[in-house]
Amino acid sequence: MSILINKDTKVIVQGITGRDGAFHTAKMKAYGTQVVGGTSPGKAGQQVEGVPVFNTVEDAVKATGADASVIFVPAPFAADAIMEASYAGVKLVVCITEHVPVQDMIRVTPVLQKNGTKLVGANCPGLITPDECLIGILPAMIFKKGNVGLISRSGTLTYEVVNMLSESGLGQTTCVGIGGDAVSGLYFIDLLEMYENDPATEAVVVIGEIGGDAEEQAARFIKEKMTKPVVAFIAGQSAPPGKRMGHAGAIISSGSGTAEEKIKAFKAANVPVAKEPREIPGLVKEKLGL
Amino acid sequence: MPEGVVCHSVDEVKKKVSDKDKLRVVKAQVHVGGRGKAGGVKLATTKAEAIEKAKQILGMDIKGITVEKILVADAVDIEKEFYVGLINDRNTKSVTLMASAEGGVEIEEVAKVSPEKIIKLTIDPAMGLMPWQARKISLQLFSDPKQIRQCADILVKLYQLYIETDSSLAEINPLVLTPDKQVLAIDGKMNFDDNALFRQKDIIAMREADKDEQKEIEANAKGLSYIKLDGNIGCMVNGAGLAMATMDMIKLYGGEPANFLDIGGSSNPQKVIDAMNILLSDKNVNSVMINIFGGITRCDDVARGLVAALDQINTDVPIVIRLSGTNAKEGLEIIEQTGLPVVKTMREAAQKAIELSKK
Repeated sequence: MSILINKDTKVIVQGITGRDGAFHTAKMKAYGTQVVGGTSPGKAGQQVEGVPVFNTVEDAVKATGADASVIFVPAPFAADAIMEASYAGVKLVVCITEHVPVQDMIRVTPVLQKNGTKLVGANCPGLITPDECLIGILPAMIFKKGNVGLISRSGTLTYEVVNMLSESGLGQTTCVGIGGDAVSGLYFIDLLEMYENDPATEAVVVIGEIGGDAEEQAARFIKEKMTKPVVAFIAGQSAPPGKRMGHAGAIISSGSGTAEEKIKAFKAANVPVAKEPREIPGLVKEKLGL
Repeated sequence: MPEGVVCHSVDEVKKKVSDKDKLRVVKAQVHVGGRGKAGGVKLATTKAEAIEKAKQILGMDIKGITVEKILVADAVDIEKEFYVGLINDRNTKSVTLMASAEGGVEIEEVAKVSPEKIIKLTIDPAMGLMPWQARKISLQLFSDPKQIRQCADILVKLYQLYIETDSSLAEINPLVLTPDKQVLAIDGKMNFDDNALFRQKDIIAMREADKDEQKEIEANAKGLSYIKLDGNIGCMVNGAGLAMATMDMIKLYGGEPANFLDIGGSSNPQKVIDAMNILLSDKNVNSVMINIFGGITRCDDVARGLVAALDQINTDVPIVIRLSGTNAKEGLEIIEQTGLPVVKTMREAAQKAIELSKK
């Protein structure tokens, strides 16, 4: 078992004819992901890496039965691409594009709710269920099938941690990079709930960073709702105070978003927090009694 | 808003401000908070006094920024202060309107001690802030029908401005009621979304930056994210999370990072050249740690950029490199030709960079 994606997931690539779209289409296919189509307006009938190109997501879904999409279009067009996929009935949309304006993401949110679409990202590396399906830009060779779930706000830091988990014999059920933007699709608590309900997942690693209060919310959720063990890491412990937010920011986040506060929240929920990434595998093993 | 004029020089103050004696406030116009405490806001009762205060404030330094313009405005008698603000709220994934009858400088304290005194409204992005919603909020701040309408009008306009300019924060603090029963916006602050600046040419034109920020903006234009710090170990990393973890690691093992530098995804070799130039322009840097875990960034691209950069830049600052992930094998083959030290893990890289920085 896994969460969100498995060997039956059919994926289309929005922006398949671009440099990154084409490169990662090849990588995803090589991993065994069912990449069934791509979109690029006006380029229907072409092929990229042996994958048929369609003009619209709607055409691609009709022809292929795709239930997931991955977006590689430039930032000014990313929100439009997410909404196109949502209205075409795609159930899971993964937006890799970085620098998407926040107001665009705010406009996207009610559309996702209305159509029942799950969004991962934007500004994320994607997700993977090892040996079954990879969607996004994650470097495949570091992942290993197993029983640990992983959620991260960071991209490359995820690779770092996964690499250490795999090297120490801890495989993964599904790893999800949710992205570091202020407003994005699935948050920590949405995924923690999925892992809690996934029979194959026995422990979860949460990789957070400074800013916002997603980690504090995750800690509260873990304390109240989770039976499975969770281990955390927070990036940015040495970061100097960031750009000042106005009064409204302080009011909304009800905290300053510092690493100390997040670590404190996790410890209060009986979640051990690693001092450096290398400690994570040991902490997971301890929790699993290995 | 109260009547006022913006002036860039003392001469301009002489020309634009009327001879009439009245209480005026002279305010430094700078993009930082805390200007009042820094002496950037002064009262004047006559024109001569306003000119005197303008002389004092123009050219003064507030948190590293030179005051180049001032606002000379009629001072306003205040009967009561309110707070209204808009912000992008991560939790509701929407723009949230906040208002409080307890405005002024202590609003953060109000939020902490008595959060029930802050009224919040989540705005539907498809509908926007409707007049009836704005009135509903205003009704909780004012009781006079005219004041309610004035406040609601201000809120609707503030929301329109917020959306039009891709703001991430817009607040009026204080919004005041004067003894002659006018609702006026006395002071305000707006933050803007960096990601949306590509469609906000007017906002970019208003940007003012100090020296360090200038460097950050230059880096940004090249697709890099750079923040200068006070240490001596330069770092170049791909991805913000890994870049922060790299700084944490340097600190954990007893070093001091000189910067945060994220070369982002989808890097081309030119980005690495630009990144090295920015890193080495900081004269405090006496060793460099390059930490790349390739995903969308291909290690061979980074390696090629690095070789090209070292061809162009004459430096004797020692460099330690760690490459992992996508196309790492190809990247390492390219690096081998340079003879630079390559290590396997991020911990080793941090330790080596610290060691090199001490030589």
